[in-house]
Amino acid sequence: MKIHEYQAKEILARYGLPLPKGQPAFSVDEAEAAAKALIAETDNEFVVVKAQIHAGGRGKGGGVKVVKGAATARATAQKILGMNLVTHQTGPGGRIVKRLLIEQAVDIARELYLGAVVDRDSGRVVVMASAEGGMDIEEVAAKSPEKILKQVADPVLGLAPYQARNLAYGLGLHGPAAKNGAEFIEKLYRAFTDLDASLVEINPLVVLTNGRVLALDCKMTFDDNALYRHKELESLRDLDEEDPAETEAKRYDLSFIKLDGSIGCMVNGAGLAMATMDIIKSFGGQPANFLDVGGSATTEKVTAAFKIITADPHVRGIFVNIFGGIMKCDTIAEGVIAAVKQVGLKVPLVVRLEGTNVDLGKKILAQSGLAVTSANDMADGAQKVVALAAAGSK
Amino acid sequence: MAVLVGKQTKLIVQGLTGSAGTFHAKQMREYGTNVVGGVTPGKGGSVHEGFPVFDTVGEAVKRTGANATVIYVPPPGAADAILEAADAGIAVIVCITEGIPTLDMVRAKRALQGRAGLTLIGPNCPGIITPGECKIGIMPGYIHSPGKVGVVSRSGTLTYEAAHQLTALGLGQSTAIGIGGDPVKGLDFVDCLQLFERDPQTKAVLMIGEIGGTSEEEAARFVKTNMKKPVAAFIAGQTAPPGKRMGHAGAIISGGKGTAAEKIAALRDAGIAIAPNPAELGKTVAPLVS
Repeated sequence: MKIHEYQAKEILARYGLPLPKGQPAFSVDEAEAAAKALIAETDNEFVVVKAQIHAGGRGKGGGVKVVKGAATARATAQKILGMNLVTHQTGPGGRIVKRLLIEQAVDIARELYLGAVVDRDSGRVVVMASAEGGMDIEEVAAKSPEKILKQVADPVLGLAPYQARNLAYGLGLHGPAAKNGAEFIEKLYRAFTDLDASLVEINPLVVLTNGRVLALDCKMTFDDNALYRHKELESLRDLDEEDPAETEAKRYDLSFIKLDGSIGCMVNGAGLAMATMDIIKSFGGQPANFLDVGGSATTEKVTAAFKIITADPHVRGIFVNIFGGIMKCDTIAEGVIAAVKQVGLKVPLVVRLEGTNVDLGKKILAQSGLAVTSANDMADGAQKVVALAAAGSK
Repeated sequence: MAVLVGKQTKLIVQGLTGSAGTFHAKQMREYGTNVVGGVTPGKGGSVHEGFPVFDTVGEAVKRTGANATVIYVPPPGAADAILEAADAGIAVIVCITEGIPTLDMVRAKRALQGRAGLTLIGPNCPGIITPGECKIGIMPGYIHSPGKVGVVSRSGTLTYEAAHQLTALGLGQSTAIGIGGDPVKGLDFVDCLQLFERDPQTKAVLMIGEIGGTSEEEAARFVKTNMKKPVAAFIAGQTAPPGKRMGHAGAIISGGKGTAAEKIAALRDAGIAIAPNPAELGKTVAPLVS
């Protein structure tokens, strides 16, 4: 689960991490009031108006502005709130900005990068730091990996103080800034492990002209599998930032990702679902979605999956590809029939069943009287659905 | 001979009395697996579907001589179940549970480090099967047949697809291992390739990878320098967009890394035959089996 920058910063503040002073704003009035209060408190006329969306590259997209005075802050908030912000991470459709963060402007001496992730090679949490902050860190990692410092934390001991110092001195910090930096890194690691984060990025981590170290930006992602033990995080979820179809799918415990093509897919198993997308493409079609119904689908779940697929107006054909293990083919067949009866069938439907109770499943479909094209294997099914969808679009 | 599990395997089921545990314990027994009992804390001393139930894995091992376990314990207790099995001296631990918090697995893996003679398969995997001898997990038994091809896969249903095609072609499987789609897990491709290389029954290996991580690239390096047996491979997710997690926690292209194209290039470079699509897994490995 992703959260907004201002929410991540509220969490960091609880862990004693130093941050610029700031306040979220959901309206132009709130933005102006926040700016006024900040200016009075910090005795600094400059504030930053930051669009809050779940995507990076906001500055380049025009969603972050440094302004002078509360009136200008108001005018800028007026422009940014409600704008459709397009960045390299939002896709061409962009995101509507509904929340802002109003923050004090600070005097930056250096911009650094700090991040923590679960590294699958070591099977441990790795804290990364780079002196090339503020930039696209993925580009730094690709072009000059030696510029990224790494420390692997032992899950029993945690990140040792010397490891934090290694990173701080490695970043070229010295004097009080080095001490502040190392403390910052240790606290960040604690927040990461306490809250079952899967990614935390501070980009940039800034050193001020007075030697203080602050998190100027923060991105936090949590492990969905661990949310059950962090109920307090659930309230940070922003449904405006999630695809409505994906949210609906989650309610039924379906794994669904919307794509741009015209062939709807319903598959059991993530690997098979990806492979189904691949084979559709190899026969000249474009998948409209990734959909894994999981290992224990009920008729209700299959019906929900079918509704989600058919709600997409771009879908010209549907391919159901099931290899039943725990999942029984007759359950899928009954689910498909129930779904078609409820939502109707306006596009060609190709079904490939294999595995547990396959004969029963095929029989149920054949006797249903529905216009279902059956397929012998996944290549056959993919070919058929691509051909039928193309014929239907003419 | 096959690898890791066979006729000699004595299996217990952790989480036996839950619905998944019960269903699959019966399926495994029906297949011919020697299921010697199960563990559910609080239900020790009872008999469930003909299986003796124990409160702890230690007790189960003492009384039954179990040397393998399969875990169907729900996510909050699954990592603990792995540690309990390890401490009881179980050699092969298969964890089926999906949705274990990643940091639980980070800690469990750290605790298992350096223990000789212990193999963890999974979590979030279909299990392992040596056809005709021993089935541990959730895969349908009937699609498998004893044979010559070692199968290792990150994906559950694609493993079934592979086994089904190999059976239809009359090649069969020596052992099929589903290593699971989680980022922090037990056995990885290289471990399995090593096992298959040493196994006299295995004549060729079929590996099925997917986008995300670098395990396939490591496997390619291993094959290039250490393997004499032929290997075929398929990578799922060639059309997956970057930044979107495709069901498995591990299946995500991030920072431009972990793409199918990179993996396929590395595998090809190691002389591995690439299946052009998932319907041709069997056909790709067939000419390699001498």
